[in-house]
Amino acid sequence: MARAVTTQRKTLNTVIAWGIGLLIFFPILWTILTSFKTEGQAIADPPLFLFFDWTLENYAVVQERSDYMRFLWNSVIIAGGSTLLGIIIAVPAAWSMAFVPSKRTKDILLWMLSTKMLPAVGVLYPIYLLFISLGLLDTRIGLTIVLMLINLPIIVWMLYTYFKEIPGEILEAARMDGASLKEEILYVLTPMAIPGIASTVLLNIILAWNEAFWTLNLTAANAAPLTAFIASYSSPEGLFFAKLSAASTMAIAPILILGWFSQKQLVRGLTFGAVK
Amino acid sequence: MGQITLQQVQKSFGDTEVIPPLDLTIEDGEFVVFVGPSGCGKSTLLRLIAGLEDVTAGTILIDGKDATNIPPAKRGLAMVFQSYALYPHMSVRKNIAFPMRMAKLDKAEQDRRIEQAAAALNLTDYLDRRPGQLSGGQRQRVAIGRAIVREPEAFLFDEPLSNLDAALRVGMRLEISELHNRLATTMIYVTHDQVEAMTMADKIVVLQSGIIEQVGSPLELYKTPRNRFVAGFIGSPKMNFVEGDEAVKHDAHAIGIRPEHIDVSPKGGTWSGTVGVAEHLGSDTFFHIHETGLAETLTVRAPGDVQFKHGDTIHLTPRADQIHRFDASGLRIS
Repeated sequence: MARAVTTQRKTLNTVIAWGIGLLIFFPILWTILTSFKTEGQAIADPPLFLFFDWTLENYAVVQERSDYMRFLWNSVIIAGGSTLLGIIIAVPAAWSMAFVPSKRTKDILLWMLSTKMLPAVGVLYPIYLLFISLGLLDTRIGLTIVLMLINLPIIVWMLYTYFKEIPGEILEAARMDGASLKEEILYVLTPMAIPGIASTVLLNIILAWNEAFWTLNLTAANAAPLTAFIASYSSPEGLFFAKLSAASTMAIAPILILGWFSQKQLVRGLTFGAVK
Repeated sequence: MGQITLQQVQKSFGDTEVIPPLDLTIEDGEFVVFVGPSGCGKSTLLRLIAGLEDVTAGTILIDGKDATNIPPAKRGLAMVFQSYALYPHMSVRKNIAFPMRMAKLDKAEQDRRIEQAAAALNLTDYLDRRPGQLSGGQRQRVAIGRAIVREPEAFLFDEPLSNLDAALRVGMRLEISELHNRLATTMIYVTHDQVEAMTMADKIVVLQSGIIEQVGSPLELYKTPRNRFVAGFIGSPKMNFVEGDEAVKHDAHAIGIRPEHIDVSPKGGTWSGTVGVAEHLGSDTFFHIHETGLAETLTVRAPGDVQFKHGDTIHLTPRADQIHRFDASGLRIS
């Protein structure tokens, strides 16, 4: 019997989906709302939802106290740079693993993934020392390299999965049609892999943008990205909730907007292969 | 020109030898079909000729030139794949143009050949569509178009019709045969379907476990199969084999008789049995006969209007001049 989807059931599903969606989004919404309150209203009990004196004061103070644009620029360079570098390294790697696998390919893939299981703090000390002796501490290039290395296993894995979906016969057809290896990659493989590469790039930018452990530990003033910008408003006394919220909103806004406009691409990319 | 010669060609994957050393010559302009059960090495053999697999040992000559280590792109062969292997991101026109673009043909010549191929393959109205918007038969035609335009030394077909439905398959079979008559280019065609092999080939190569069992024209294979494997593989329904006393009467270990070479009658035949399943095709009826004391089942082909019901007793008379005799090792006794 075919599963009957009644209107009632559809409505119920929609309500539940919206409920879960709002629940997940609520902390972000609360942060955004709080950023428009005064410090006093921010810690008011009972909490104020929509009916308070909306103010832009926090944003003005935050902008006055710290140079938002400098942090933003660092974030853009570090997230963008590490992603670009990662893709350049990962594309050939994933290609060779997907199309000319050796006996050890699976082992290498698993080994790469296993590096993600190591707690980052476990390698903080050696990396910190390396950064000191190489003069990379608090530099954008240092952070770019570290974030690229951290995310490289994920990039390779994602690209590998996408490439695996491309039938080998199409590449063989290109070879039979007289294409050289370069032409085969340029005219056949790359255009077919573009959706996969695009969603890998997007996901990686988001991961690098939000990365806080390394960016906080390896920067001071010069290379600090937006994560450090937020952290500078978090004080043990906790009297600056509104300003912290304003800083957070400013920090997540760019990536939220990017995510919003690319959500179709992201969903398509992440479910690629699962849905045919 | 498209003469292809295999000399002591051998292929192993790791320690497994899939094709023991093998010799074969394909003459220019011939339509050769490699046929055999799945896993017999026919596709591997085709891929060796294409250059998509490296030979483990031996030499492949194309028009007398050693092509063993030439990459597939430079062998001048065109291939049509089972999955069609069209470029999904390109229009039909660009798919067909691709090999010419790789060969850096000038644009006017490209267009001329595309129009010509499209007209011949009924694709003119679909040139601007993507492969995803075409039916299976149309995709297959695009794949063939892509192969034609580069004017190759030889065409290689790897089970090109197995993804099509039965009616379409018969139509495409004719189209490919007509194409061969028109172009007179060497074609090597791989299939597991003996009907395709019989209907299309000038020369059939029957393979089993990487070994060539027999090479010959369709009728040679039908009339004088070299061994029991070829006898059983070529012809539909399959040849009946009888061992024991009945075979000894003919001085053989086993005798083979095709279903169409047994006459049926309600009484008075050489053999008798009970009718099991009757398959009515209209023009013919296939009777599966049990309890003959000869073999578990004998298949008989009778004219469509012959009526026997399940459980009826039926009498069979094999035509004496159509009995094939085989020795204990399965080889034909002539």
